[in-house]
Amino acid sequence: MVSPILELKNINKSFGHVQANKNINLTIKKGTIHGIIGENGAGKSTLMSIVYGLYQADTGSINVSGKEIKLRSPRDSIESGIGMVHQHFMLVENFTVIENIVLGFEGEFVFGKKLEKAKEDLQKLCETYKLNIDLDSVISDLSVGFRQRVEILKSLYRGAEIFILDEPTGVLTPQEVDELFKILRSLKEEGKTIVLITHKLNEIMDLTSEVSVMRQGEVVGHTKTTDTNKEKLAEMMVGRSVLLRLNKTEAKLGDVVFKVENLTVKDDLDVTRVKNVNFEIRSGEILGLAGVTGNGQTELLEALSGIRNVESGAIYLNDEKISDKDNLLDPRELKEKGLAHVPEDRQRMGLVTDFKAYENLIFGYHDQEPYSKSSILRDGDILSFSKKVMEEYDVRPRSPQLITSNFSGGNQQKIILSRELNENPKILLVGQPTRGVDIGAIEFIHQRLIDMRDKGAAILLVSVELDEVLSLSDRILVMFDGNIVGERVNKDVTDRDLGLLMAGVA
Amino acid sequence: MAAAVDKSRVPWWVSNLIVPLVNLILALLVSALFIFIAGENPIQAVKLIIYGSFGYLDGFAYTLYYTTNFVFTGLAFAVAFHCRLFNIGGEGQAYIGGLGVFLVAINVSFLPVPIVWLLAIAGAFIFGAGWAFIPAYLQAKRGSHVVITTIMFNFIASSLMVFLLVDVIRDMKQMGPHTVALPKEIWFPTFKEFAALFGIKIRYSPLNISFLLAIAASFFVWFLVWKTKWGYEMRAVGHNMQAAIYAGISPYKNIIIAMCISGGLAGLLGINEILGVHHKIVAGFPAGYGFTGIAVALMGRNHPIGIFPAAFLFGILYQGGSEVTFDMPNITRYMFVAVQGVIILFSGALENLFRPQIESFFVNRLKMKREI
Repeated sequence: MVSPILELKNINKSFGHVQANKNINLTIKKGTIHGIIGENGAGKSTLMSIVYGLYQADTGSINVSGKEIKLRSPRDSIESGIGMVHQHFMLVENFTVIENIVLGFEGEFVFGKKLEKAKEDLQKLCETYKLNIDLDSVISDLSVGFRQRVEILKSLYRGAEIFILDEPTGVLTPQEVDELFKILRSLKEEGKTIVLITHKLNEIMDLTSEVSVMRQGEVVGHTKTTDTNKEKLAEMMVGRSVLLRLNKTEAKLGDVVFKVENLTVKDDLDVTRVKNVNFEIRSGEILGLAGVTGNGQTELLEALSGIRNVESGAIYLNDEKISDKDNLLDPRELKEKGLAHVPEDRQRMGLVTDFKAYENLIFGYHDQEPYSKSSILRDGDILSFSKKVMEEYDVRPRSPQLITSNFSGGNQQKIILSRELNENPKILLVGQPTRGVDIGAIEFIHQRLIDMRDKGAAILLVSVELDEVLSLSDRILVMFDGNIVGERVNKDVTDRDLGLLMAGVA
Repeated sequence: MAAAVDKSRVPWWVSNLIVPLVNLILALLVSALFIFIAGENPIQAVKLIIYGSFGYLDGFAYTLYYTTNFVFTGLAFAVAFHCRLFNIGGEGQAYIGGLGVFLVAINVSFLPVPIVWLLAIAGAFIFGAGWAFIPAYLQAKRGSHVVITTIMFNFIASSLMVFLLVDVIRDMKQMGPHTVALPKEIWFPTFKEFAALFGIKIRYSPLNISFLLAIAASFFVWFLVWKTKWGYEMRAVGHNMQAAIYAGISPYKNIIIAMCISGGLAGLLGINEILGVHHKIVAGFPAGYGFTGIAVALMGRNHPIGIFPAAFLFGILYQGGSEVTFDMPNITRYMFVAVQGVIILFSGALENLFRPQIESFFVNRLKMKREI
């Protein structure tokens, strides 16, 4: 029997009290696309980081083509033929494609012959796998989809036989995903092995021939993709049956609560990112804003929540003008008027991760009673409030004294949500509510948002997850290059249709 | 690359006690090497340090006097650091703070003594804070880094004070760069007077009731940083400015508040030196306490509970060190500047040199224990 190309035996790895990987045994056959699926925090990324040499396993061994290898750093794994395409690309923005690829593997002091040779080799690889990359273009000019291809090409050039892709489709439009899958299939045809890490069931069903399911650090299942279906996989991932579709009643629309008129916003580099945007949200309505990352959603959210200056246009809350070019209410004044904001990036903006959980649970409300009186924080009241909401929102572990960075992504998100929803806002701005959140928590968060809607809140949901926008929104706007390029009522829309809008094609 | 240790599993006493202690011991070992190279016996030097700082009452009082100064400057650095501002201008802020003490005290000396003291403390705080305000404003509004501006402000403060002491506020009856003395009634009671009440005779000691002010300042800092909304907001800005902006907390305002409180605390050094010891402004009275305060704060992990013992340790080194220079001809005053430097190096710049090893050592030991 041919030995499998990659074999993991009894891998254990823990971080603190959390055992991220428990006795993992995994066998990956040569020339297959092998899916690894699991919720966020199930230990997929940790496992792959061990395979790539970023972490060292506590125990266990790794065999490549039957030979045990010792991985001390990514360089060791590259030499063993393992290549990794990270969730966040590791490219130098102002270098050209070829410069990025030879980086660290130049082999000469002054570029000359070897660079020419490298270029030839790369051209050949591009043709074989139909990557269609211009080697001399600068990375910052390339779209996300192309940057990902550069990463793939980089691994190919370094002689990778096994490709690990960590959540490769998170930042892509549906069309770009199709392109990527074509490339992955052609890699497979050439005999390369691909390990696809994802939490998206569709991708597993589409692409893989075998799939391993991880839950809470363990491999809980391993099947041929043809022998399973989405429901079964989801159940294995969560450990119980899940509703893949939400129970949502028809929206009961009220008056217009929030209105945006001809809004234009610039980013820090003075580039116009939001261009003359108009929309309104009624109470009891969830307005979804779909779009590929970086098309102005971030700047829009920041302007609406009082963090970023408005270039022109105006924002109204209950017919009262809250912001225009000359006036900008700061986030605290907006909170008092009933606007709450769950920011897109919880660790960069929504939380002070070095703070204790109870300090984050009052973040932004810390100077209001009962949390503080005459500027002195009232620890007793804060702690009893914290215990109450942590119970209500099922934040685990329920320790208000724990430093926030020790909570998982989903629980961090629940901390933010509980804080922002607790004041019963009239208008709720939500950015990427479930990014990096496990399925169980996603279900919970979605249900909370719908409850808020049914209580009469107006909700703006900004998300790059099409499924999320489709399952929650009553109405959907699509943003492309700073413009609203389409509006659809959720009943009559397909993801195909939205995908074309998101790509700016339609 | 050493395997990263999970911070949540490191017991607090390892990172807050063992690590600083190991760093300190290493620094002392290196210092011992210096002393050995200089041709003296390190063990003898240690004996002298311990005797000098604890062995007799006068010496111990000196140790506490130094401690007082280090507590003020250490706390000053720590407060700014909680807002992630590296205020290395404690020296200049202390100097100007001293000016505040003198100007206030000499002008209100007709008032009842406790009120003069309170006003003088306010003067020290306000002058120190005022000197820190300019770099703070430049940082908050213009993004000029406080490390650069505060160190330049040390030089400006020093030059300004020399100018004032020579041309403006000098005691014109003599030629030295210092002012007239404050009236005797408003001097701080000293430890010597206090000891005399109990019939204990001491030759001289600069220790005075400023030591109590240092204890009060430590409580003030603890309360401010952890129990008030200002401390909360300062820490939020320090840890994550983006998040602070999101929550409606103004980085601009908090940078200025943190720096001013920091400068004010440094200014309190002037109380100890002027109301307690010199009773007038003498040129160069901050004598490097402002800089040593940085090491004190780093060693004390920016917490008053840590700063106090760290200040005490530096007090021992100062006092014991001068004892050593008396008795050992080969060891000069500068040798102890070098020793301080080594301690600052190990507890500041090289703070994380052995931290991962020490932490993973203890984490593994504890894990083994748990498994058994």
